Amino acid sequence: MSLEAQIAEWRQFLHRRRAIDDRDGVELEDHLRGEVAALTDAGLSSDEAFLVAVKRMGSLDDLSREFAREHSERLWKQLVVGEREDSPAARLAARTDGFVAVGLAISAALLLQLLPLSGYRMDDPGPFIWRNGILLVLAHVVAYFAWKRSGPLTGARLTRLLLPLVGAAIVVNLAPGDRQTQTAVLSTLHLPIALWLLVGVAYAGGRWMDSAARMHFVRYSGELAIYVVLIALGGIVFIAFTLMLFRAIGMNAELLVGRVIVPSGLAGVLLVASYLVEAKQSVVENMAPVLTRIFTPFFTVLLLGFLATMAWTHRPIDIQRDVLIAFDLLLVLVVGLVLYAASARDPQAPPGLFDQLQLVLVVAALLADLLALAAIGARITEYGLTPNRVAALGENLVLLVNLGWTAVTYARFVRGRGPFAALERWQTSFLPVHAAWAAVVVVVLPLVFGYR
Amino acid sequence: MELGKDLVAASATPLVLAILAEGHSYGYAILKRVADLSAGELQWTDGMLYPVLHRLERQGLVAAEWGTADTGRRRKYYRITPEGRAQLADQRRQWQLVDDTLRGIWMKAEPA
Repeated sequence: MSLEAQIAEWRQFLHRRRAIDDRDGVELEDHLRGEVAALTDAGLSSDEAFLVAVKRMGSLDDLSREFAREHSERLWKQLVVGEREDSPAARLAARTDGFVAVGLAISAALLLQLLPLSGYRMDDPGPFIWRNGILLVLAHVVAYFAWKRSGPLTGARLTRLLLPLVGAAIVVNLAPGDRQTQTAVLSTLHLPIALWLLVGVAYAGGRWMDSAARMHFVRYSGELAIYVVLIALGGIVFIAFTLMLFRAIGMNAELLVGRVIVPSGLAGVLLVASYLVEAKQSVVENMAPVLTRIFTPFFTVLLLGFLATMAWTHRPIDIQRDVLIAFDLLLVLVVGLVLYAASARDPQAPPGLFDQLQLVLVVAALLADLLALAAIGARITEYGLTPNRVAALGENLVLLVNLGWTAVTYARFVRGRGPFAALERWQTSFLPVHAAWAAVVVVVLPLVFGYR
Repeated sequence: MELGKDLVAASATPLVLAILAEGHSYGYAILKRVADLSAGELQWTDGMLYPVLHRLERQGLVAAEWGTADTGRRRKYYRITPEGRAQLADQRRQWQLVDDTLRGIWMKAEPA
C-alpha cells in the first residue's frame, strides 16, 4: 500500500472520532507527515516510517479522550466519554432512561390531580394551582436528572436539591387566599425562573461550578424549548380531536380537557422532552443555534429601528405591566441570542461579521434597557413603589449589568484584544444572578408589600 | 527517561510557552524542539501535544493561525500572546521555587 493510501486510511480512522474534528485532522496529518519525512531521511522505508510515526502519535483511544477533555462541546450529548453509541449497554441505558422519564411524567400528572383537593379549580387555575403545579413538575425534572447523573448521590447533594424545593413549597403557600394580586402574579411568573437554576444544578450533576457544564445546561434548555413547542403542537391537535369527537355524539369534553388532559400534558411534556434531548435524537440537533443565526439580524434591525423611532418621535415608554414584561422578555431574548450563538460557536474561530452584528445587537439592547430604566425610575419617583415597578427595576438592572459587561468582553474579542472564552465565562457565571433576582421576587417582594 | 504522567502534564504548559516565546512555530517543530532541548530524553506521546495547544489557545495564552507549509499543505502556526508571556513568567517563578526547594533537600542529603 502506498504511503498516501496509508495516510488516507489513518485519516478515516480519525474521522470516526467525534472529539477530533476535520481541522484537527489536518493538523495531526501535518504532524504525521513531518514525522514520516524525518524518519525516511534517517533511512527507514516509508512503510516502517509510517508505522513508527503512527505509534509515536499515540493510540487513537487515548488521543480521542484527550481531545474530548479539551473540546467537550463537540460531544456534549455523550457525557460519558468513550462509550460507543450503539453498544448494547448504551442501548439498554437509553431504554431505562426512557422508562424512568415516562414514569416520572406519569407520577407528575397523577400528583397534579391532587391539587384540586384544595378546593381550587384546575380548569380555571389561580396562583395556587399554578405555583404548586410548577413546583411539582420541576421537582420531577430535578428528580430525573438527580437519578440520571446518579454518580455520588451523597446526602449533601440530596439536601442541596431537596431543601430549596421544600423551601419554595412553603414560601409560595404562605400567601393568603388565591387572589390575582400583583405579588401573586409576579411570584407565579418568577417561580419557574428561580427553580430552573435548581434543574441546572441537578443537570450538571456535581459539576455546576464548571463553566462548560453550565454551557451544556444552556444547550439543553434551548433544545428542550424546541422539543416542548413541537410536542405542544401535537398536543393542540390531540385536544382539538378530543373535543370534536365527543361533540359528534352530543357531549361536551371541555371539563375532561381542562381538568385532566391539559394539566397532564403540561406535566408530562417537560420530562419527555428532557429525555428526548438527552437521548440524542439528532432530529432537531442544535436547532436553537440555527434559529439564533437566522433571527439575530432581524432583532438587531428591530431594536435599531425602535431606538431611531423613539429618538425621532420623542414618545416615552408606556409603563404598563404587559409592556414591561414584553420589554424584559425582549432583552432576555437578546441575552439568549448571544448565549446560544456562543454555545454553538467554535471557541477557536476568529471574530467574524456575525460577531460584529451581535455586538451591535447587544449595544442596542443596552440602550433600550437604559431607556426602560429611565422610564421606570421616573415612574417610581413620581408615583412611588409598587411590586410591579420594583420587580421591573430589579430585572432591568440585572440585565443592564449582564448586557454591559457582555458588550465590553464582546468588543474586546471583536478587536482581537481578548479570547471568546471570557464572554462565555461571563455568561455562564451570571446565570445564577438571574435566578437569584427571580427568587427575591418570589420570596421577599410579597413579604415587603404585604401580599398586595 | 520516562516522566510520570502528572509531571508531564504539569511541565507541558511552561515548555510549550517557553518554546513559543522564542518565535512562532507549529506542532511538529515544537515537539522536535522539546526533543532537541532534552537531548532526546524527554519523550511525549506526539498526539498529546495538540490538546495542550488547543487548551492554551482557548485560555488566550497562545494565538493560532492557519498558514501554508513549504510542502504546500495547510499548517496551523502558533504564537505566544502577551497573556502567555505573563503566564510563562509566573510559571517560571513557580518552577524556580520547586527547583530551589528540591535542591535544598537533595544537596543536604547527599553532599557532593
